[in-house]
Amino acid sequence: MTQPVLSVRGLTVDLPKNGDRPHAVSGISFDIHPNEIVCVVGESGSGKSVTAFTAMGLLPKALKPSGGQMLFEGQDLLKMSRREHTRLRGKRMAMVFQEPMTALNPCFTVGDQIEEIFKAHTRLARSERKARTMALLEEVRLPDPPRVYSSFPHQLSGGQRQRIVIAIALAMDPTLLIADEPTTALDVTTQAQILSMFKTLKSSHSAGILFVTHDFDVVAEIADRVVVMQKGLVVEQGTADEVLNDPQHPYTRQLIAAVPRKREDAPEPLSDEVALRVQGLKKTYHVAGTLTRKARTVHALHPTDFTVRKGETLGIVGESGSGKTTLVRCLIRLLDPDDGAIWIGSRNFAQGSRASLRAARKDIQIVFQDPYGSLNPRRSIGEQLIGAPMNFGVSRSVAWGRAKRLMKIVRLEEEALYRYPSQFSGGQRQRICIARALMVEPKILIADEAVSALDVSVQKEVLLLLADIKRNMGLTILFITHDLRVAAQICDNLIVMSKGRIVERGTVAEVFGNPQQPYTRQLLSAMPGRKWEAPDVA
Amino acid sequence: MQRIGLALLVCVAVSLLAFTLLNASGDVAIAVAGEEATAAQIEAIREDLGLNRPLAVRYGEWLANAVQGDFGNSLFFRQPVAELIAYRLPNTMTLAVMALGVMLALSVPLGVAAALRPNSIIDRAAMLIAVLGQAMPNFWFALILIVVFSLTLGIAPPSGSATLGHFVLPAIALGYYSTPPMMRLIRQGMIEALSSDYIRTARAKGISGWKVVFKHALRNAVIPVVSLTAVQFGNMLGGSVVIETVFGIQGLGFLAWESISRMDLPVVQAVLLIVAVFYVVMVLLADFINAWLDPRIRTQ
Repeated sequence: MTQPVLSVRGLTVDLPKNGDRPHAVSGISFDIHPNEIVCVVGESGSGKSVTAFTAMGLLPKALKPSGGQMLFEGQDLLKMSRREHTRLRGKRMAMVFQEPMTALNPCFTVGDQIEEIFKAHTRLARSERKARTMALLEEVRLPDPPRVYSSFPHQLSGGQRQRIVIAIALAMDPTLLIADEPTTALDVTTQAQILSMFKTLKSSHSAGILFVTHDFDVVAEIADRVVVMQKGLVVEQGTADEVLNDPQHPYTRQLIAAVPRKREDAPEPLSDEVALRVQGLKKTYHVAGTLTRKARTVHALHPTDFTVRKGETLGIVGESGSGKTTLVRCLIRLLDPDDGAIWIGSRNFAQGSRASLRAARKDIQIVFQDPYGSLNPRRSIGEQLIGAPMNFGVSRSVAWGRAKRLMKIVRLEEEALYRYPSQFSGGQRQRICIARALMVEPKILIADEAVSALDVSVQKEVLLLLADIKRNMGLTILFITHDLRVAAQICDNLIVMSKGRIVERGTVAEVFGNPQQPYTRQLLSAMPGRKWEAPDVA
Repeated sequence: MQRIGLALLVCVAVSLLAFTLLNASGDVAIAVAGEEATAAQIEAIREDLGLNRPLAVRYGEWLANAVQGDFGNSLFFRQPVAELIAYRLPNTMTLAVMALGVMLALSVPLGVAAALRPNSIIDRAAMLIAVLGQAMPNFWFALILIVVFSLTLGIAPPSGSATLGHFVLPAIALGYYSTPPMMRLIRQGMIEALSSDYIRTARAKGISGWKVVFKHALRNAVIPVVSLTAVQFGNMLGGSVVIETVFGIQGLGFLAWESISRMDLPVVQAVLLIVAVFYVVMVLLADFINAWLDPRIRTQ
């Protein structure tokens, strides 16, 4: 067996005093060998990112390693001076981050930012630096390297920016590559490309790769070995095959059971009553021209038709830029559509002034993606819940009674009504947001990426809750998501959108089993972990 | 191009406003004639100065001349306003530029140092300096400077504008007064920049600490600073009245202040217009500098 690139021995990192626990990670051990991808898996707060940042010496000042060793090529990183660690960074060890949109300095060109690493670690001449940079841009398969070289970050897409961050990481051919959720913020097709790039890099650069992720399907796609973390402890580790197909620890089993999967049970028959009919809905944006650029018209939404029957859960799936957000905004009239009709019962929601729509708004409610930003931090939950029904003339006591009932339905305690948003976790907040949307007893609930920001186990809970509420209250749900797996788990029917058009529609079984359009097929084949059938461990 | 058009429009609007408001503020003829003048004398002066014509006509004429650099004659000095201003403007400009230098020399290092160690002693000390600067009336600070450096130590002249040395104390007094908001802006911008993802990326590249701070963070933190600098420069041009008075500098602010008390309308109007044009030009310049600093603005 070869010498490990990184050997973590009993690492403990302290949290600041008065935290909810004394250590961010406590006594963890694992090895990373050359030519190997080790996935560290866990939910938020498990300490997986802290481990990655400790290796890079990029921990926030408040966190201090207090015990154990981190041996990198035989040297203990924890005993190293800051200057020595700086010299290793970028040269022998490199890192790829989660958020490609903010990882690059907006004020410098891509070329400058890549060349900077050669300036810091080598004595290459200017022309050589440029040649090496161009070669890197080729290697990470960016189109038109000369153009990318002189571009600024804001001119590139998220996937392209992530490739640049990877190019920077690869520049000095490091022996240890650390990737912290590098594909979480990307579309599924881009994710597939980046993941396959990591697999290639493993062999072509013979580096050891520490890959931090929360997604078991990604693990199944690329991992050689897996380390499962929970609350700062390593609860299980082994080869990918062992951990994925024969998980031992209850927490690993719980995580694997929460991986969204296609429903096996037959869908319930739907009623014939139409809850929502969208006809020829259309939206274009006009971008004004400048001296150097012509004015453009962006067709965010081509004329779109669909119907949703009462009690149906319709999934609207698409990547970023597919028009799903524009569709949602038009549906609730945060945007005014250019043309078309939105029939809810006998009322056309697409027409009429915003003021005249007020009364109709209670029929269609929405739960947004970000549970942290969508509640007012300064008002108690109760106050925020009763506001909406009271706007529609419900008395305070009736509204309060309804709020109490809904708390029970979303499985929170009544006391929650007297507390403030900061006292709840992300999953709890999202349940509060669902309760808030249900306060006015809507006919239609739109869930706009409502579970995308949540950990898998929490995600599963919220999905089950939505399914329950739908069944008990006869609700109609529009479920907007970029994640095909989640859509497959909760929806009756699916609409696949691309570039402002509906490209495919059908039942979940039809879309997954027999996709008609090349785009749908491409989307399905980009899903990570398709070869892995999650074992039934529940 | 749009920006430049807008800037021109602002200049015209300012001139219109200045002209009408000043003419509404009192009867110039009475002021010129003095307290013992008879009604006939006042009427004669009014005729002489053309004050009996409609306001719009007078404004049009004044603006047309002003664009060509002719601001009419001063009612008090009986000489062309343009000459008066040409004599005073360099003094005010020298003072403003030096004060700007003092301000930047103080606020940039203090702001950066404070941001590197938030809530440390350095940060507190920088904050104290800032609070003092804002709390102290600047004429009083100016007097202290004179007492200490001119009268006690004798190393700087107390008043006048003969040499550059005469401008040192006034520039310190004026610059220090503008330092606090600038320092806060830099501190806040640096704290924000230093905690951003791209700084983490730069560190991960193995770039040394100082280079990260000065190349990657400061470049981003300085973008809002440019706009504030432009505004502050405008303030220094127009608002240096007090400092110019204390140090006896024959500057534009001093001239404006004297002319207001003498109801010398042509001079006041001219000074107002010139300061406003400077202001607009500075803000425009700041926009261009920002576009050069920040590629995201450039493509908009």
